[in-house]
Amino acid sequence: MQSTTRLQINTRKNNTIRFAQNSGRGRRHKGEKLIEIVLLLCAALFILVIFLITIFIFAKGLPLLIKIGPGNFLFETEWSPTRGVFGIGSMFMGSIMITLGSMLWAVPLGLSTAVFMAEIAPARIGQVLGNLINLLAGIPSVVYGFIGLIVVVPFIRDYFGGNGLSLLAGIIILGIMILPTIINVSRDSILAVPNEYKEGSLAMGATHYQTIARVIVPAARSGIITAIVLGMGRAIGETMAVVMVTGNSAIIPGSVLEPVRTMTSNIVLEMGYASGDHQTALFATGMVLFIFIVCLNLMINLMARGGINSGRS
Amino acid sequence: MERIYKIQSQNLDVFYRDFQALHAINMDIEQNKVTALIGPSGCGKSTFLRSLNRLNELIAGTSIKGQVYLDQQPIYTKELDVVALRKKVGMVFQKPSVFPMSIYDNIAYGPRIHGIRQKHQIDNIVERSLRAANLWEEVNNRLNSPASRLSGGQQQRLVIARVLAVDPEVILMDEPASALDPISTSRLEELIAKLKNKYTIVIVTHNMQQAARVSDYTGFFLNGELIEFNQTDELFVNPRDKRTEDYITGRFG
Amino acid sequence: MGAAKMKDKLIYALFWLSGLIIVAILLSIVGYVLIKGFSVISLDFLLQSPRKAGAEGGIFTTVIGTLYLTLLALLMAVPIGTGAAIYLQEYASDQSRFARMVNLTAETLAGIPSIIFGLFGFVFLVILLNLGWSILSGGITLAIMILPTITRTAQEAILTVPVEYRENSLALGASKWQTTQKVILPFALPGIITGVILSIGRAIGETAALILTAGSSLGMPLSVFDPTRTMSVHLYLLAMEGISLERAFGTAFLVIVLIVIINFLANLSMRRFSQAMH
Ligand SMILES: Nc1ncnc2c1ncn2[C@@H]1O[C@H](COP(=O)(O)OP(=O)(O)OP(=O)(O)O)[C@@H](O)[C@H]1O
Ligand SMILES: [Mg+2]
Repeated sequence: MQSTTRLQINTRKNNTIRFAQNSGRGRRHKGEKLIEIVLLLCAALFILVIFLITIFIFAKGLPLLIKIGPGNFLFETEWSPTRGVFGIGSMFMGSIMITLGSMLWAVPLGLSTAVFMAEIAPARIGQVLGNLINLLAGIPSVVYGFIGLIVVVPFIRDYFGGNGLSLLAGIIILGIMILPTIINVSRDSILAVPNEYKEGSLAMGATHYQTIARVIVPAARSGIITAIVLGMGRAIGETMAVVMVTGNSAIIPGSVLEPVRTMTSNIVLEMGYASGDHQTALFATGMVLFIFIVCLNLMINLMARGGINSGRS
Repeated sequence: MERIYKIQSQNLDVFYRDFQALHAINMDIEQNKVTALIGPSGCGKSTFLRSLNRLNELIAGTSIKGQVYLDQQPIYTKELDVVALRKKVGMVFQKPSVFPMSIYDNIAYGPRIHGIRQKHQIDNIVERSLRAANLWEEVNNRLNSPASRLSGGQQQRLVIARVLAVDPEVILMDEPASALDPISTSRLEELIAKLKNKYTIVIVTHNMQQAARVSDYTGFFLNGELIEFNQTDELFVNPRDKRTEDYITGRFG
Repeated sequence: MGAAKMKDKLIYALFWLSGLIIVAILLSIVGYVLIKGFSVISLDFLLQSPRKAGAEGGIFTTVIGTLYLTLLALLMAVPIGTGAAIYLQEYASDQSRFARMVNLTAETLAGIPSIIFGLFGFVFLVILLNLGWSILSGGITLAIMILPTITRTAQEAILTVPVEYRENSLALGASKWQTTQKVILPFALPGIITGVILSIGRAIGETAALILTAGSSLGMPLSVFDPTRTMSVHLYLLAMEGISLERAFGTAFLVIVLIVIINFLANLSMRRFSQAMH
């Protein structure tokens, strides 16, 4: 049976065909190719956009930065556009203080909530809480700013003194705003910890809490770190809420009750009327912020590549 | 009587990146016959089947050497219209995978893709295909309900009807009965017997009784090689290779 | 043993407490705005144009401005974002440098603060392309901002389409695009819609970038070249410049209600989606 006469068609022997993504010529071939190109362009647009953003921010900001010198620009604390003195030292410090301050309370609260949702709360409660946290994430900055202005600022004024528009107000509001990021990302990474780890620990007689502290959280650490870094990025870039509650004086605050101005506030407050070097200085401020954020992003990416469980899909 | 070969593979090698899944397969598949492919798991049956309609190339990193001929025409050429090839060589997969649409739209999917627009024409195709797949009686009063509500066996016949609707010449079936109960399986086998009058059928199966029941020819694969290929009666009764004998008598695999 | 048990209980209580604090924060924010704002809301407030910089009259033009900007941004970002997702999931191979690059870019884009987009829109669209403070400048800026969300959710939705659907469709002789159009997109649609809904939320709340690109004019925008003021920008100016606290509450009320509705819809469509899968 095998001995049927094989048709002797002349074929190219040893012709290895490596498939192209879209081999074959049909009447539809041209249209298909066109569509693929259009889709490719859509994807390529992302690269173009980030490229444009980088180019324009740098093109506007870099000359002034070079003229003044990056060190002077970053660490000089005097900002008087009318006198042509552009130092964002106080705002740089302001951004860092407000970011660290808000993380100081939002990180512990966020992490314990994440553990609560992933490990302790009954499924139903965890789910409802998840929905509420998504809502918290969806509330616009300006609403947070408004609440801060109406509720938090007077509260601080009445109970702690000062005029209320302060670093503290910013820390409180900003902390609330970064909670959802911290909670969601770290909860996902805690949920991603394999069940065997947990069962193994419990089987050895550890209590649930010991298991959480010694097994689950360490196993989820790279995801938790990602959560914290993402929260940090969110905090440092936040604008509207901060502008509304911090009083915006361009001085380094001596206490949490004094006003503060961040880099983002600086931009939004003065962009409307700035021109010449002043405008350029605002772009340079944006540039510093941009570099900061991109570095944080790269950090997360490197971690995601190196870490076992980054909590981000 | 002269045999007409519908599909012929010639020294066919298939690689998944560096892994060679098929080694120099030569097989002539006769027209209007059922050819069964058997062999232990991982021996390359599906790979072979999927290289007959060039479905393997969807997997990144696959490459191929040798040639497959459909009606004496090579299919691995740069010029070949893959769409036309797949229209001629239909495929039924192991898991009946109906699209999340109505029964009617599932069948109409192929004809519409291939440019048929008239409602009455599509109606005709739907009815003809469902009848051909022995499914018409069971579903003709609910053509617009979701296909996912059908039983597993009905879904598998629906998938076959969907293939028939594009009017293929060859039907490839990859373990079409593996997810079915015995009754659905025997209905499927009846259907295969009926279809072979009009179509050339290649079927992968793990069930040797099934291969013996439905097929005219059987090919035995092992580790990516075609160990033996013969008329089914011959191969099961009188295997020439020791390995074939071991396999069909259940001594390994 | 007893002491360890006690300690565990105490720690449990702390975890519950943190959950409760989150709920309390959220409810007090939403509740406060809803209660204070409710009395301000009336048909006149919604349908009258603002007068005297917003101190009198309603917020109609800002509602229209928000609507206009959101629609324009969606009109640009939904097709492009979905197209990019289709390309990345269906056409590009996962390992290709291009795909990796686009994914990285999308991630970076998602992390950039609004104010940076605002600066970019200002220098590129408003000044260089001379579009001025306008709905067009604001809309394009907004589109760029929501692009990552739309693409990522669409990618995730496409990822859930069973590979069998693709194989079956292609085996029936459908082309890649036909398969995408007729099988993959319909299946992924609820997921894609979820992304669109989330983007609408972002568009409604966006402020910093729009102040710099769409301006803050209270006039009724007629064409895409007119400047406009969104509800969020309006809220900011009313509160910051002490124009009218009452109207600020009313505006905040509307924004919060919209966000709550949007969250509800997003949840609904996500649930629909996971149901459709099982
Ligand atoms: N996408 C792939 N990438 C890499 N290797 C693959 C791929 N698909 C199959 N293989 C390998 O090729 C060989 C043949 O696989 P194939 O699916 O053709 O076997 P099969 O005979 O159909 O098995 P089964 O009876 O289990 O379906 C196996 O060793 C398998 O591991
Ligand atoms: Mg197989």
